[in-house]
Amino acid sequence: MVERQSPLEPEFHIGSHGNFEHGVEIILTETGPGSIVQLAAWPGEEKKLIAAIRTVAGLALPDGAGGGLSDGVKSVFGFAPGKFTVADEAEGLAGAFAKAVTPAIGTVTDLSHGRTAIRIAGPKAEWVLAKFFAIDFALPAFPVGAGRSTTHHDVFAQIQRTGSDQFDIYVFRSFARSFWKALCHASEEIGYEVQ
Amino acid sequence: MLITCPYCGPRDVVEFTYQGDGNRERPDPASQNFEAWNAYVYDRLNPAGDHNEIWQHSGGCRAHLRVVRNTLTHEILSVAFMRSTHTSTARRKAEDKS
Repeated sequence: MVERQSPLEPEFHIGSHGNFEHGVEIILTETGPGSIVQLAAWPGEEKKLIAAIRTVAGLALPDGAGGGLSDGVKSVFGFAPGKFTVADEAEGLAGAFAKAVTPAIGTVTDLSHGRTAIRIAGPKAEWVLAKFFAIDFALPAFPVGAGRSTTHHDVFAQIQRTGSDQFDIYVFRSFARSFWKALCHASEEIGYEVQ
Repeated sequence: MLITCPYCGPRDVVEFTYQGDGNRERPDPASQNFEAWNAYVYDRLNPAGDHNEIWQHSGGCRAHLRVVRNTLTHEILSVAFMRSTHTSTARRKAEDKS
């Protein structure tokens, strides 16, 4: 396999930055999953697709719009009616889904090279993200595992909460570096660490 | 103005795209009835009050929505999926269980 280069690389500076004298309140990382796959069910085939996700990824999606979960290696969440994003640390997820999701059930789109996954964690993660997105980041409204699709300056972002103070943001690869720089600038005033 | 998407919950209007008047009825594509086509393309009710509209949540789940909006107050009276097979799962309700 060809080694994938990070689009963030020229702006990815490991270490503490900004106003961190009083401690670091934000940790920024690139999760770099091997596979990012988008699945869409034809109308009425949603249950079969959810069953296929359980078979292939071993993740049982909870009921409800935007529901999802993560086991630390694989993650899944709904981002639209009958549509799901699945990410895996390992490569080859799209091939596995292509066998399980037949043309009668829905479609499989391999976005592994098309999206960049950025993780923001720390006690101020909600506060920083609230500068970017006009959605409710409070834990009762946005529970752990759930996903949201929204936009930042007309650029799509899919956000999954993977911990009480941790979010994974999937952005277009071509916009990832500019989004990363914006995240760094937004975190400067409270101090952040890039890992 | 907030529109409560049946999938995503309440979102700012900047995430949505107006897709036109929801009262239009498209004639059969094979129709030669020019009056019907003229009405479809040009005739609008333009009410001062409740108005059926089509919106797309283009900055979110991308679903097309049937919205009733009051043109005087911008109050959103109802929002539903255009596609009837989408289940209008109430996000808050479903997640309160967990």
